[in-house]
Parts: sequence; C-alpha cells; structure tokens
Amino acid sequence: MDICIRAQGLVKRFGETIALDGVDLEVPTGSILGVLGPNGAGKTTAVRILATLSRPDEGTVSIAGYDALRDPVAVRGLIGLTGQYASVDEELTGRENLELIGRLLRLPARRWRARARELVERFDLVEAGDRPVKTYSGGMRRRIDLAASLVGRPRVLYLDEPTTGLDPRSRGELWRIVRGLADDGTTVLLTTQYLEEADELADRITVIDRGRVVAEGTPRELKRMTGSQTLHVRTVNPADTERVRGIVADLLGTAPLLGTDAMTISAPTDDPVLLSALVRRLDQEAIATDELSLRLPDLDDVFLSLTGRPLPDATPEETVV
Amino acid sequence: MTATTLPPAPAAPSGARRRIGPFEALGHGLTLADRNLRHILRTPTTLIDTVIQPVLFLLVFVFLFGGAISGTWQDYLQTLVPGLMVQITMYASIGTGMALNTDISKGVFDRFRSLPIARSAPLVGAVLGDVVRYAVAVTVLLLLAFALGFRVQTDPFSALLACVLVVVFGLTLCWLSVLVGMVVSAPQAVPGIAMAVILPLTFGSNIFADPETMPRWLELWVSVNPVTHFVDTVRGLMIGGPVAGPLTVSLIAVVVCHVLLLPLALRAYLRKVR
Repeated sequence: MDICIRAQGLVKRFGETIALDGVDLEVPTGSILGVLGPNGAGKTTAVRILATLSRPDEGTVSIAGYDALRDPVAVRGLIGLTGQYASVDEELTGRENLELIGRLLRLPARRWRARARELVERFDLVEAGDRPVKTYSGGMRRRIDLAASLVGRPRVLYLDEPTTGLDPRSRGELWRIVRGLADDGTTVLLTTQYLEEADELADRITVIDRGRVVAEGTPRELKRMTGSQTLHVRTVNPADTERVRGIVADLLGTAPLLGTDAMTISAPTDDPVLLSALVRRLDQEAIATDELSLRLPDLDDVFLSLTGRPLPDATPEETVV
Repeated sequence: MTATTLPPAPAAPSGARRRIGPFEALGHGLTLADRNLRHILRTPTTLIDTVIQPVLFLLVFVFLFGGAISGTWQDYLQTLVPGLMVQITMYASIGTGMALNTDISKGVFDRFRSLPIARSAPLVGAVLGDVVRYAVAVTVLLLLAFALGFRVQTDPFSALLACVLVVVFGLTLCWLSVLVGMVVSAPQAVPGIAMAVILPLTFGSNIFADPETMPRWLELWVSVNPVTHFVDTVRGLMIGGPVAGPLTVSLIAVVVCHVLLLPLALRAYLRKVR
C-alpha cells in the first residue's frame, strides 16, 4: 500500500512539557486517518509538524515522498491546512481570501479568478462571497476556511478539529465535503475530539493520549479491543454508585470504570449471563437504576478501556452556530 | 533538531519546486502588501488613525498653541509642518507591529506559512503597507497645511527629497514596531509599548517648541535625540536652512538604529515563521 503521510518517532517539547512523546503516524494515499484524543493530547502539535509549521525535536516526517524537515517548501506545495490556527483574513471577503491565496500560489489571473468562483459555488457561499468573513456564521466560516485550503488542489489535507463547536447540520455538511474530497483521491488527516466523527469519516483511527499513541486500527478493530459488549449501569440515587461498583467488580472479577459524569459505571464483558446475575443482586440490595444495559461498545468505551480514564467531555466551551 | 536516525531521503517526485527565487518572493510580498492596503481602506479605525491623526495634530497645535509659541499661528505653521511630517510617520509605524501581531493571533499568519511562499512575504507585505500609510498620512498633512497657508520655501525637488527622507526615518521605527509586535501576546499591547518609545522621541524634540526655551537637562536630551536631527533636515529641505549637517547625523542615526533593531526584529520574526 502506498503511504502518503509517514511520521516516525515524533518528539516535541515545550520547556518542561512533553507535547509529543514518540508518535508514529501513517496514512495510505487517498484514505482518511482520524486522530482521536482529548484536549491537550498533542493532536494539534502533531498536525503543525506535519504541515511544516513547527519542527519536531526528534523524529522524521515524509509527505508524498518529501522530507518535510529538509524540504518544507515542496511539502507546502502539496498540502492544505484547515484548523483553528490556520485561518482566513476576517477583513477581506470570502472571495477575496480565495483569490489572495490563488495569487500567492502564482496562478495566472484567469485561473485564480476561476478557482475562487468555483470554490465559492461548491461551498455554497455565492451569496456571502462578497461579504467580509467577519460577518459569517460558524458554519460558513468553517466552509471558507476549508475552501481556502483547497485553492491549490492539495493532495494532502489536514483538518484540525474541523467541526468543533458546529451545530449538527453544519457538521453533517462538512462531513459530506470531506468524504467527497477523499473519494477524489485526497489523503486526509483529521483530528477530532468527537468519537462519532472519527467513526463516521475515518478509514483508520489513531488514538493519542498525553503525547503517545495508545491505539491504532480501523474503527471496527478498536471497538473489538474492548470486549464484545459493554455493560452500562447508572443508579437513580448517586449514593448507590459505589455499592454498584462493588457488586460489578465482584461479578466480573475486575474493577469497572466510572464515566465522565461520575455516575455511569461501565465495564467490558464477554459474559452472557452477567446481566441477569447483576439484576438479581441489584434486586436483593434494593438499588434502583436509571440505566442498565449491555451494548456494543462505542469509542467512548474504547478510550476508557485504553487509557483507564473517561474521555474528557468533548463539548466545547462555546458553541458557534 | 536532534533527529537520531534519519533514513535516506526518499526519491522526490520530479517537477516539484523547492526554492523560491527573489523575484517570486517579491511578488508574494507585493500581493500581501496589496492585502494590507485593502485593510487600511476597509477598516475605519486604521483609516482614521492614518488620516485624522495628522489633521488633529496640525489643527490643535497651529490654532491652539501656535500664537503662544511663535507669536502668530501663521509663523508657527511654517516650522511645525516639517516636524509633524516626522512625527506622524513615527506614529504610523505602530501599525506594522499591530498588523503582524493581529495576523499571528488570528491564525492568518499560519495560513500563509502553510503555503509555498517566501518566508519574508508577510513581513515585506506589512512593511510595504506601512510605507503607503506613511505616504497617505504625509499627503493628508501637506494638503491641509497648504490650504492653511504653508508654503515650501525651497524648491520642489528638495521638498520631494524631504518626503522620501521622512519615509526612511519612519522605517527606522517600523523595525521596533515589528520587534514589539513579535514579542507581545496581543495586538492591543503594541500601541502602549510603542508609545512609551515614541512619545519621548517626538515630544522631547524640536518639533513643537524651540529647545532654547527648555530646561538644560531637557535641552540636552533634545540635542541628542535623533528625531531633532530628522526634523532639522526636513525643515532645511522644506523651508530653508542648513541641511548637510543634520542630514549626516540623521543618516548615521538611521544606520545605527537599523544595525541595532533590524537583526533583533528579523530574529524575532524568523522565530515565528520557521
């Protein structure tokens, strides 16, 4: 298989903090890699290095055969970058932003005008195209950011948390666009805190936590790592949580995990009679539950079982509508 | 970088471009200068800063203080205008640092850095945009001054040379502005720090009043302040008087400032673009 993005042993320190502690990433040409991890895991640091905006303290990066550390200009000619930090000019209109990039890429005048028009149409920004970007809504803003990274028809696209803070409809639109790009052969590396997003878009997922890769595989493989099923229990009375943890630990022989809300207990299991045994015990001890289920694991469970910690709440501080 | 085991560089696909030539780099810089000009036109505050400031300074000082300082405001106008030309370009240079810092904090800078363009382009664009801002401010000032009765008492060529020198003097401070813009965390912090430098330089000079009326210590500062020599040069070229002496001192000051500030500013800038 042809590997387009290959990073080996990336280490990046900021003073005492180790942002990346030996990260390897590989993305086959034309596929989508989802890099999943909580805030501060090192996702953005990794993308900045892959996009030549930052140099690693150790490690190697090769993009489509170019050494990104020795030959950043060649790599910049191949990549597109969309993220909270790689942004467009708010004072200019959407169209002017696209034209500016076309001119910086030294496209002939006819080509940059045509390319800007084409992207404005494709990203449904025809009406807004001649307004300053600072007047755009959150969804429009992400679309123009993405359009700006596509002016040079990049073979490799980095999307750093492209939908954080977007409403579900805008997120769905962006997903559709990203899928279309990958179908056209663009190699995409996407970071996200949303498990659903990685599951939805990515061919493969790399889970990063505290600067290290903690798991790698297809969404299906990752789900399989947590056991065939996951037990979820939430008590009506939060005071009962500890007792239920004791009961589940007793039945399973291992300590269950506590979810982000500090009330939901979850545990991977393959035991087909666990649920009925648990129901009997809860009944004996007169503990009422809001939720008692056995279901296929989702990526929250994957993260929990990989790191021993629940995935930090992915809800952003501010929701851009 | 301390890469331990670099594998041999993979065979690079052919047809890719690895280096950016000087002409192409200049093209990138001009494209970004064009963008910065659109900003000046598009953002009312920048336009107001550039246009209103010279107008206010001229009107306030000529009509409010002119009579008191020089006997008649008409006399004061003649000596003040060349000095104000120097002062407003110094003020206008604050914009460079602010523009660069705004681009960095808003993420626009990183967008440019992810493109295959010259590393110098954002800086060249900002500085060239600044030069245009100087030109606009000086033009506005001179138009109003002419309307009020200011007259060039030498010749058009000298006056033009004065305008060019004013831009050169302004550029000296522009590097300080770049340095500050690279170091502070938010664009709003740039004017405060820049003003702390610009105020003593401009008010502690011979722009507004005759240094002979000042206390000894201040007169001493005024006489070593490069701005005083800039102003003497511009006055000589616009309304007559010795030019060679102050011009020599001014050019030495410009060179010294560049030797001191330019490497610091470029180093701070390159740290951000690398």
